[in-house]
Amino acid sequence: MMSDTPTSDRPDLTELPMMIEMRGIVKRFPGVLANDHVDFDLRQGEIHALLGENGAGKSTLMNILAGLYRQDAGTIFIKGKPVTLSSPKHAINEGIGMVHQHFMLVPSQTVTENILLGLGEPRFRMRLPEYDRRIAEFGQRYGMKVDPAAKIWQISVGEQQRVEILKMLYRGANVLIMDEPTAVLAPQEIETLFTTLRAMVTEGKSIIFISHKLQEVSEIADRITVLRKGVATASGLDARGLSRDELAQLMVGREVLFQMKKKEQKAGKLVLSVQDVHAENDKGLPALQGISFEIRSGEVVGLAGVAGNGQRELSQVITGLRKTTSGRIELNGEDINNRSASFTIQRGVAYVPEDRHHVGSAPNLSVTDNVIMKKYRSAPIARGWILDMGVATDFAKELKEAYEIIVPSVETPARLLSGGNLQRVILARETSGEPDLMIAVQPTRGLDVGAIEGVQRLLLAQRERGAAILLMSEELEELISLSDRILVIYEGQVMGETRDGDVEKIGLMMIGTRLEDIQQGEKRD
Amino acid sequence: MDPIIILHAGVASGTVLLFATIGEIFAERSGILNLGVEGMMLIGAMSAFSVAVATGNPWLGLLVAMLAAGLLSQVHAFITITLQADQVVSGLALTFLGAGISLVLGEGLSKAGTISLMPSFSIPLLSQIPFIGPIFFADQSVLVYAGYLLLPLSWYYINHTRPGMELRAVGEQPSAADSLGINVYRLRYFYVFVGGLLAGLAGATISLAISPGWFSELTTAGQGWIAVGLVIFAQWDPLRAAFGAYAFGALRRLILDIQGPTVILGLANPFYYNPYWGFFLQMLPYAFTIIVLVIGSREAVRKRLGAPAALGTPYIRGERGL
Amino acid sequence: MTENITTTEYKQRGLLPFTIRFEPRLTEPPRWYPPLVSLGAIVVALIIGGVLIAQAGGDPFRSYAHIARASFGSLGVFSDTLVKATPLILVGLACSVAFRMKLWNIGAEGQFFLGAFGASAVVLSGVLPEGTSPWLFLPLMMIAGFAGGAIWGFIPGFLKARLNVNEIITTLMMNYIAIAWNNFFIFGVWSEGGFQMSPMFPRGAWLPRLADYAKQIPTFRGLTVHLGFIIAVGAAVVVWFILYRSKWGYEIRLIGDNPRAAEYAGINIKRNIILVMMLSGGLAGLAGASEISGVVHRLQGAISPGYGFTGIIIAWLAKLNPFAVILVSILFGALILAGREIQPSGIPKMIQGIILVCLIASDYLLRYRVRIVRRAEEA
Repeated sequence: MMSDTPTSDRPDLTELPMMIEMRGIVKRFPGVLANDHVDFDLRQGEIHALLGENGAGKSTLMNILAGLYRQDAGTIFIKGKPVTLSSPKHAINEGIGMVHQHFMLVPSQTVTENILLGLGEPRFRMRLPEYDRRIAEFGQRYGMKVDPAAKIWQISVGEQQRVEILKMLYRGANVLIMDEPTAVLAPQEIETLFTTLRAMVTEGKSIIFISHKLQEVSEIADRITVLRKGVATASGLDARGLSRDELAQLMVGREVLFQMKKKEQKAGKLVLSVQDVHAENDKGLPALQGISFEIRSGEVVGLAGVAGNGQRELSQVITGLRKTTSGRIELNGEDINNRSASFTIQRGVAYVPEDRHHVGSAPNLSVTDNVIMKKYRSAPIARGWILDMGVATDFAKELKEAYEIIVPSVETPARLLSGGNLQRVILARETSGEPDLMIAVQPTRGLDVGAIEGVQRLLLAQRERGAAILLMSEELEELISLSDRILVIYEGQVMGETRDGDVEKIGLMMIGTRLEDIQQGEKRD
Repeated sequence: MDPIIILHAGVASGTVLLFATIGEIFAERSGILNLGVEGMMLIGAMSAFSVAVATGNPWLGLLVAMLAAGLLSQVHAFITITLQADQVVSGLALTFLGAGISLVLGEGLSKAGTISLMPSFSIPLLSQIPFIGPIFFADQSVLVYAGYLLLPLSWYYINHTRPGMELRAVGEQPSAADSLGINVYRLRYFYVFVGGLLAGLAGATISLAISPGWFSELTTAGQGWIAVGLVIFAQWDPLRAAFGAYAFGALRRLILDIQGPTVILGLANPFYYNPYWGFFLQMLPYAFTIIVLVIGSREAVRKRLGAPAALGTPYIRGERGL
Repeated sequence: MTENITTTEYKQRGLLPFTIRFEPRLTEPPRWYPPLVSLGAIVVALIIGGVLIAQAGGDPFRSYAHIARASFGSLGVFSDTLVKATPLILVGLACSVAFRMKLWNIGAEGQFFLGAFGASAVVLSGVLPEGTSPWLFLPLMMIAGFAGGAIWGFIPGFLKARLNVNEIITTLMMNYIAIAWNNFFIFGVWSEGGFQMSPMFPRGAWLPRLADYAKQIPTFRGLTVHLGFIIAVGAAVVVWFILYRSKWGYEIRLIGDNPRAAEYAGINIKRNIILVMMLSGGLAGLAGASEISGVVHRLQGAISPGYGFTGIIIAWLAKLNPFAVILVSILFGALILAGREIQPSGIPKMIQGIILVCLIASDYLLRYRVRIVRRAEEA
């Protein structure tokens, strides 16, 4: 690891020239103070990590530096000169480029087109073949291989990230802001990214690395700034000599539960059986290619995998939202393959979808309307074709109490709820029916630590009650701490299963190595 | 019932749809659905005719028509881009507004008499080509020829130029374009304006060249809506739009001509002997629009092509959240 | 054209000692606020309309005063206003139901015509003898009217659900087809002596009017309000109940707010698209039937001054609330009633357009809060 090896080939950090200083940055959003007099500085040739929980204000601070937002107070200096960064273009002209967590790429256009977008060249006619060649050469200079003529939607997430980085470098960026760059990558891809970042630093570029993952930060960063609730609890600390515990303290302000305690318990009867299932994605390409696994009652099965390897399709296939092209899916011994979503709901399948805003809730309907989504069909809420709103309201009030949903009234529209509260509404809805099977996709994404703990407790409580749980998450730590076993999915197939939470093994499977091959390799060694 | 005459007139009347459809393609490619084409065309037709009557100069009428419709399009742009309102409802409002204003200002205009039309001429050499020549290049209005020019130019502009690439980016992924310093709002205003100009041109083409005069709402008779439908059939591609536009033009002409002769294909012409059956003929352009939409939609599903990804959604920069 | 966007925002400021900021609302505005904003929008629209009327050589004050007098000035004219409001309520409901599910049914005009056709067919097809009792005639006409509109709504609904065909265009195209369809019957099949209208319906096929009871209650003399108004108000109650107190209504509201959530909740969206389009079309068809049977008493060409389109504005102005639809329809009934005599004849249409434009623009004030910030605060 970089920080452990003495960096004899590199000068002392304090001798590096100052690139950027942000002094006393304040940014308010209606109802939130996102940045409260934050100081941050960046020297040339360093990797400076910005650490903090979700919602701590990291992205806001960097969006200010990238010209996307304007600070309410405070000053930014670039090489000692005060500047007003009023647009992303302006920031890029000053040499600051940001790689956003959600890539800013046009899916229907080619790599070259995306890199050239917004530039002054070529002036009018696109002359793409010529620029394809240039881009390929440019990528090679930084050791980043891309296919310039490929459309963005055709290439992998890792490649898309490389395009984003190249886009900024092509614009002459000296400072690269990477917003949670590892969230979408497999462990091995992360290694490749780190190598690239280090190479860029030795070329004299500076990098700001935004993350909420302690381990990564202590691995890659030269210096660290920690944000908590909009305040910098540490500014520009030397990464060497900082322990993970110290960082965690700074980040959350209290001890962190790294490991959720889960009760030892025996798995019960077979609940879900998926046999050799095939299905297509929205584009009509194969997404699931003969996937098979089983889940028993009282068991949490984690599904690890790089995003886009069929997780979404798998959750949809089980919940009746997507048709399979072949295979069998059985719930408690009953065939539920290609039945409707309402059928699986009535058979006791709960589903916490990945996207709580766009799938899990109806933003303009009340909390009451949102909690009855799975129950409005049957008594007592329904009486024949009539909906008994009195019963529905009482039910919503009950859940509000039991799940500690903080909301002025159950008539409040869901869009006014915070992320954590909205997730509680969804979990309340899904768990209140005591489901036999629960599919939870990224249930803690974007929540703060307190909310994450709450969600994880709820999931484990369901496990103790005897539900079978399929947990999909991109947070490996979360998967390992909550799951009884972990399956790894790659291109719509299960690569293997592990019970010991061996990260390296999981990582190898995430990039498409079968467990048997890994084990054979080990034997040979 | 001479096919050459029908096709010749079809190309002429298809030019109206061509302008309107290409204009709407520009607007939709930038992410703004403007359903107000019909209203803008009415404004265009009315102002072109009224200026031509007042000044005796059809070119001036043409210019005013384009500017008037362009101006009206900016109402839609303001409501949908700056105020982020629903594009469907705003487009409907624009239709009412355009129709209402043109009815009010065009009061009495239908009795205004004749005007000098846009010039028509034949293109030497090209008009000599058998079959093609007499249809496309003989005795057509200058506006029809303008359509021939607009067609490849707009196709090339959208697909092979830098501004065209930026236009597509803004309609597909505005946040990406914005992050690279492309002014999403300004580009959208601009292309909605382009759509307005072309809709105005389409309206002027009717009242100054194809079927001169002002006949209140019957001037356009729903062609603005057909244009909106053609955009979907064309899958946002000007070349396909041209095919649809000219085919519709020919159909309109055929419907007029088919009621004339007493005998068709050796049989007694039912439309001649039962004139009420002509109402079924009148339905045809609209029914065909629906059929064409079905074809376009099926193809889009099969090829998994879609509308510009950001079509119909306002772009809000710097919103906090996901 | 993408250049020099950098520092414009700061330069624009500085004229005033404060800047006006628009911030997204984080809480619901108070209950009185949305109606107030809508009212403000209408006032602004009338002012803009006045300016345009003045430009076109009219006198806006006289025009507006005329509208008020000609529609609310006496019991008699108010009754006429209610007559005009009757089809508007039904068409407004038709649009509200469809818009609630974000189905852009702008084919209410055509569905209205098909409803009129359906009701007329009951009378003119000769299935029932002339002297049939109104107790049989009227319900059958209303059912046929509803069915006619529902069929006309079914076609675009089916195309949308099964083939993903854009309903905006299909419903609009169906309008033109409906008018040609009716014309075929008016000019041809049912034409009375070559005139462009059908024969007059027998009295049994007329919806009873208040004036019919003038003998018993003299104040009813000349009052043209007919049973259709009660049907329309009843329809509003039914629609409200469906939307807010039934399983089906819950599904409609859920699909309308977030179709992906609805799908996730196991709701059959395609079936609902078809059903809601049929309900919407049916309500518009009922409007046509009621107009034919209550006012015109025969099938002819000019039975709608664009009711179907006005319904769109009414639905929007009423914020899709069935009871508000009644109120708004009465206002628009007044506008249409008085508009018949206003010159130039395009004025009502133009004012409707301006009202709709102002109305959707005003929605911005519901989503954003206006804040006036002093410069000092900004730093």
